Amino acid sequence: MNLDSKIPSGPLEGKWEKHKFDMKLVNPANRRKYDVIVVGSGLAGSSAAATLGGLGYNVKCFCFQDSPRRAHSIAAQGGINAAKNYQGDGDSVRRLFYDTIKGGDFRAREANVHRLAEVSRNIIDQCVAQGVPFARDYGGLLDNRSFGGAQVSRTFYARGQTGQQLLLGAYSALNREINRGSVKMYPRTEMLELVMVDGKARGIVVRNLVTGEISSHAAHAVILATGGYGNVFFLSTNAKGCNVTATWRAHKKGAGFANPCYTQIHPTCIPVSGDYQSKLTLMSESLRNDGRVWVPKNKGDTRPAHQIPEEERDYYLERKYPSFGNLAPRDIASRSAKEACDAGLGVGPGGLGVYLDFADSIKRVGEDGIKKKYGNLFHMYQKITAENPYKTPMRIYPAVHYTMGGLWVDYNLMSNIPGLFVLGEANFSDHGANRLGASALMQGLADGYFVIPYTLPNYFAGEKFDKVTAENAAFKEAENEVRSRTKAFLSIKGSRTVDSFHRELGKIMWDKCGMERDKAGLEEALVKIPKLRDEFWQSVKVLGDGESLNQSLEKAGRVADFLEFGELMCRDALHREESCGGHFRTEHQTEDGEAKRNDEQFCYVGVWEHKGMGQKSAVHKEPLVFENVKLATRSYK
Amino acid sequence: MDLTLHVWRQKNSKDAGKMETIEAKGISENASFLEMLDTVNENLQKNGKEPIAFDHDCREGICGSCSLVINGEPHGPEYGTTSCQLHMRSFKSGQNIFIEPWRAKAFPVLKDLVVDRSAFDRIQQAGGFISVNTGSPQDANSIPVPKQDADKAFDAAVCIGCGACVAACKNASPMLFMSAKVSQLSLLPQGKPERERRVLAMVDQMKKEGFGNCTNQYECEAACPKEISVEHIARMNREYFRAALREETPKEGHGGE
Amino acid sequence: MKLCDRLFNSSVGAKMLMAVTGLMLTGFVLAHLSGNLLIFAGAEKFNAYAAGLKSLGALLWVARLGLLGAFVLHVYLAVKLTAENRSARPVKYAHEATIQASFASRYMIHTGLMMAAFIAFHLAHYTFRWTDPSFASLPEGDIYAMVIAGFSSPAVSGFYVLAMLALSFHLCHGVSSVFQTLGLYHGNLNPMTEKLGPIVATIVFVGFSSIPLAVLAGLVK
Repeated sequence: MNLDSKIPSGPLEGKWEKHKFDMKLVNPANRRKYDVIVVGSGLAGSSAAATLGGLGYNVKCFCFQDSPRRAHSIAAQGGINAAKNYQGDGDSVRRLFYDTIKGGDFRAREANVHRLAEVSRNIIDQCVAQGVPFARDYGGLLDNRSFGGAQVSRTFYARGQTGQQLLLGAYSALNREINRGSVKMYPRTEMLELVMVDGKARGIVVRNLVTGEISSHAAHAVILATGGYGNVFFLSTNAKGCNVTATWRAHKKGAGFANPCYTQIHPTCIPVSGDYQSKLTLMSESLRNDGRVWVPKNKGDTRPAHQIPEEERDYYLERKYPSFGNLAPRDIASRSAKEACDAGLGVGPGGLGVYLDFADSIKRVGEDGIKKKYGNLFHMYQKITAENPYKTPMRIYPAVHYTMGGLWVDYNLMSNIPGLFVLGEANFSDHGANRLGASALMQGLADGYFVIPYTLPNYFAGEKFDKVTAENAAFKEAENEVRSRTKAFLSIKGSRTVDSFHRELGKIMWDKCGMERDKAGLEEALVKIPKLRDEFWQSVKVLGDGESLNQSLEKAGRVADFLEFGELMCRDALHREESCGGHFRTEHQTEDGEAKRNDEQFCYVGVWEHKGMGQKSAVHKEPLVFENVKLATRSYK
Repeated sequence: MDLTLHVWRQKNSKDAGKMETIEAKGISENASFLEMLDTVNENLQKNGKEPIAFDHDCREGICGSCSLVINGEPHGPEYGTTSCQLHMRSFKSGQNIFIEPWRAKAFPVLKDLVVDRSAFDRIQQAGGFISVNTGSPQDANSIPVPKQDADKAFDAAVCIGCGACVAACKNASPMLFMSAKVSQLSLLPQGKPERERRVLAMVDQMKKEGFGNCTNQYECEAACPKEISVEHIARMNREYFRAALREETPKEGHGGE
Repeated sequence: MKLCDRLFNSSVGAKMLMAVTGLMLTGFVLAHLSGNLLIFAGAEKFNAYAAGLKSLGALLWVARLGLLGAFVLHVYLAVKLTAENRSARPVKYAHEATIQASFASRYMIHTGLMMAAFIAFHLAHYTFRWTDPSFASLPEGDIYAMVIAGFSSPAVSGFYVLAMLALSFHLCHGVSSVFQTLGLYHGNLNPMTEKLGPIVATIVFVGFSSIPLAVLAGLVK
C-alpha cells in the first residue's frame, strides 16, 4: 500500500503557500470537461460541491437525506475555532496548531494541522460573507467563547446552533450553484459502491431511496464527505442515518482505513434513560464554561443534589486538573466521569451520570445571563428529562460523539486510490487521537472550501483520463453486486429485526471497545462480532421490497457494513498497545490513571488494508514525524 | 402506558392510502414520540407487518426531518417542539393518537408518513442565498453588524425547514419558511445587494410549487418548533413591495460578466 | 407593467391588493355608518345629509365607481386566492385541529360572500327600492321615512342585524390583518393593530344594528 503523505518540503509555516504555488491549475475553459462526484452534503460535502461548482467543474452531489440541509453537521452546537485573535488574548495560528496537535495526543500530521490552523481564519470571513449570523457584541463585532483544551477565546458561535448556521451557509452556497446549473443535487440517494477503472476511482453506484432504482454515475474524481462511523455503537450522538457504508465500500475496494480505533467520547451528554432509547443527546461542551462538574463524595448518597452540602461534593475535574479544571479536554473529562461512576459515585437512575451544576454561575450572572448563553440547551435538556436545570443540576454522562479515524488521505486529501478524495470526519487527517471542541466544523469547512479546490485541479491537470461512462463494464458489475446484495437482505426472511442486531453490536462495541479497552475484552469482541455477523446473514428479517421506499432495507445495508467494520475497529484497538487520546488501553496508564503513550513503537498512523472477507486485514504504517513540536506527555493539571 | 394509534398508511405516491389503527402497549412515558414509533415498528415487524415509514434523523430537534401531524397539530401538542423531542409524558395512557403526514399539494406523500419536501429546496435555490464566491472575502470584522440586527437575523435563521408551517397553515402556505430566509438575509448588510431579486424569485417559485397563500391566521407561528415569529412575514411583505417597485425585470442567468 | 403583474399575479402582491381594497371598503363602511347615525338627529338633518350626497353629482359617481372597482377586485381576488388555497391541500387531515387561528379568520370567504349577497339585497332594498312596494307611496326625498318603513318589518331588521354580525366578523380579522399584509406588523405597533380589528368590528356592529333595533323598539319614529 502506497502511503506517501506528499507533505511539501520547507518550513512548516510556508508549506501550504509553497504547495499552492507548486500545484498545477486547470484553465477555466477546461474545467467544465471534468465531472466530480461529491458524496455527502454536510459541511465538507456542501462546501466542496459549492466551491467546485463555482469554479466551473461539473458537480454531482449525493445525500441520503431528503435535503442537503439535513446532513448531521447541522447538529453541532458549540462553535468553530479560528485563530483570529480578535480578543487579543494571545492566540495565533501557531497556538491553534499547537493546541490541536497536543489535544490530538501527538497522533496527527504536523503539516495538515498547521494548514488547518492557517485557513481557519478564512473560514470565518467566508461564512460571514454568506450571511451566517454569528454572535456579536454590542459594538457589532464578532464575539468569542472559550472551549475545552484551550486557554484562549477563539471559538466563534451562533448561540448553541453553530453547526446549523454554518451548514445553512454552505447549503445556501450550494443552492446558488444548483440554481446556476453547475451542481446537480441527488437527495434521497445512497452511495452503495465505489467504481474503479484502471486503478482509479471513476464513479459510484447509488440507490434511489424512493424508487429503489439502482444507477451508475461516472466522473473523473469521487469525493467522499460522508462523516464518521460513531453509529457502530448504536447509541451515539450521531443522527440515526449516519453510517460507514460509503467509506467501508471504498475500503473494500482498496482504500486504506486509518486509525479506526480513535473514537471520541463526548463528556456532556444526557444519560441513557431506558432500553427504548434510540440515540443520545449531546449538551454542548460550552456548558463546561459555566457549569461545574461534581459527584457526591460518599458512595450511595441518594440525597437530591441541593441537599448535599458543599464539603460533601467532589468537583473532581477542578481537583485533578487545577489549571484547566472543568475545561479539560474531552477524553479526559469523559474518562474521569466513568471513573467516578465506576467507583459507585454516579448519580441518577442506574448511577450512570455526574452533575453539571450551574448554581454558582446563576448566582454570578443571574438566570437571565445563563439563559442568554445556553437557553436552547437548557430548554432541550428540560424537554428530554423533564427536569429544570436552572433549579437542579444537569445530569450528564459521556457518549460516543465523533470518530477521528477514517480513510487514509495524503496532504492533498486523496486516499491511496487515485481520484478518491476524502473530506471532513470521513478522513483521518487532522485530529490525531482526540479532537478538540469546535474543531470538527473547522476541519469540514477547511477541507471543502479551502483545500480540495486547490488539490483536485492539481490531480486533474497531472492525469490522463480515458473516456469512461456509466455503460462501462465495471459499473455494470458493481450494479449487479448491489442488486444481489439488496436481494439477499430481502430473501433471508429470518426472525430478527435489523435494529436488534444493531443494538447487540453496539453493546459489544461500547463494552469492549468504548471508553476503555483491554486485550481480553477486545479479543472477546473479535470472537463475538463475526458470530453476530453470521447470525445476521442467516436470520435477519427485512420486510417489503426493493423497488420502493424501504427504511428497513436501508438500515440492513448499513448495519451489515457496521458488522464488518466493528471487527476492524477492535483489531486496530487491539494492535495499538498504548493509550492515546480517545483510545485508552487499561494496560497502558500512568500511576494516577492517565493515558500512557508509547512513542517509541506507536508514533504512526495505522492504516488497514482489506484482504477479502474471511481474511485478516493487514496494517501498514505511516510514521509520524514531529519537527516542530516536542512530543510531551499531555498535561492539563 | 397503552395507546391506540391511528396512522396514515400509504404504499407509495400513487396509492390512495388510508388510516390504520394500531395498538401500542407498554410504552415508557420517558420515551420520545419517535422511540414510541420505533417500539411499534419492532412489534409490527415481529408480526410480519411492514413498519411505519417516517422521516427522522438527528432526533435532537435540529435537522428538520421529522414531520408528523399528531392529533391535528404538526409536531404534536408541545409548543416549540419537534416530533423527535416530544415525549410520551405529554400523553395519557389509553389516549387515541392520530398520526398523519404533512398535507399539502406541494408535499406529496411518498410512503406512510414520509413526504417529499423538495419544493422547499427549490424555493431556496431560487434565491435564498448571498452570491459570494469562495475565496478571500474581506475580514469578518470589517463590517460591524448592530447586535439587534444580528440577533433578529438569527431569530429567523433558526428555521429548520421542517415544513410544519405549511402543514399547520389552513392554506398550506410556506410564508413563514420563506420569510425566515428573506428576513435573515435582508437584515444583514451582506444580504442587502440582492434583496430585491431574492424576494421576487422566492415568491415566484412558491407559486410554481402549488403552495397556498397567507391569510394571516398565524397557525404557522403556533406550530413552528423554532418559535419563529410572523413578524418576519410582515418584513417579507415589505421587502416584496419594495422589490416590486424597484427591481427591473430580472435578466436570465446571474448578472453580466 | 411589471409592477401590475407582480401585484395581480403573485401571492404577496394579490394579498396587498386585497388589503388596500379592503381598507377602502372599510373606509366606506365607516363613512356610511357615520352618515346613517344622523338618523338619531331627526328627519330633517338625515334627509338634508341624503340630499347633500346626491348634490355631489359627478363626484358621487367617481366615488361610486371607485368603490365598485375596489369591491369587484376584492371579491375577485378573494375567490381566486381561496380557490388556490383550497387546491393547495387536496387531502384533508382526518383529525383537524386549530391551534390559534381565530374564528373570524377561518370564515373570511363565508362572511365575505354573505356580505356580497347582503350588498345586493341592500341596494335592491333602499337604493333601487325594488323589494318593498310600500316605498312607492313615500314622498320624494324623505329617506328618513323610507328607512323607518323598511325597518318596521322585524324580518328585514333581523336580516340586517345578522348581516352586520357577519360584516363585523369579517372586519375583525380583516382590519388587523391589513397591517401584517402591508408589512406594518412591528413589535411596538402590534398590540395596537391587533386590537384595531375588534374595535372597528364592534363599532360597526353596534352602530349599524342600533338603527333597525331603534326603529323596531319605536325609539326612532
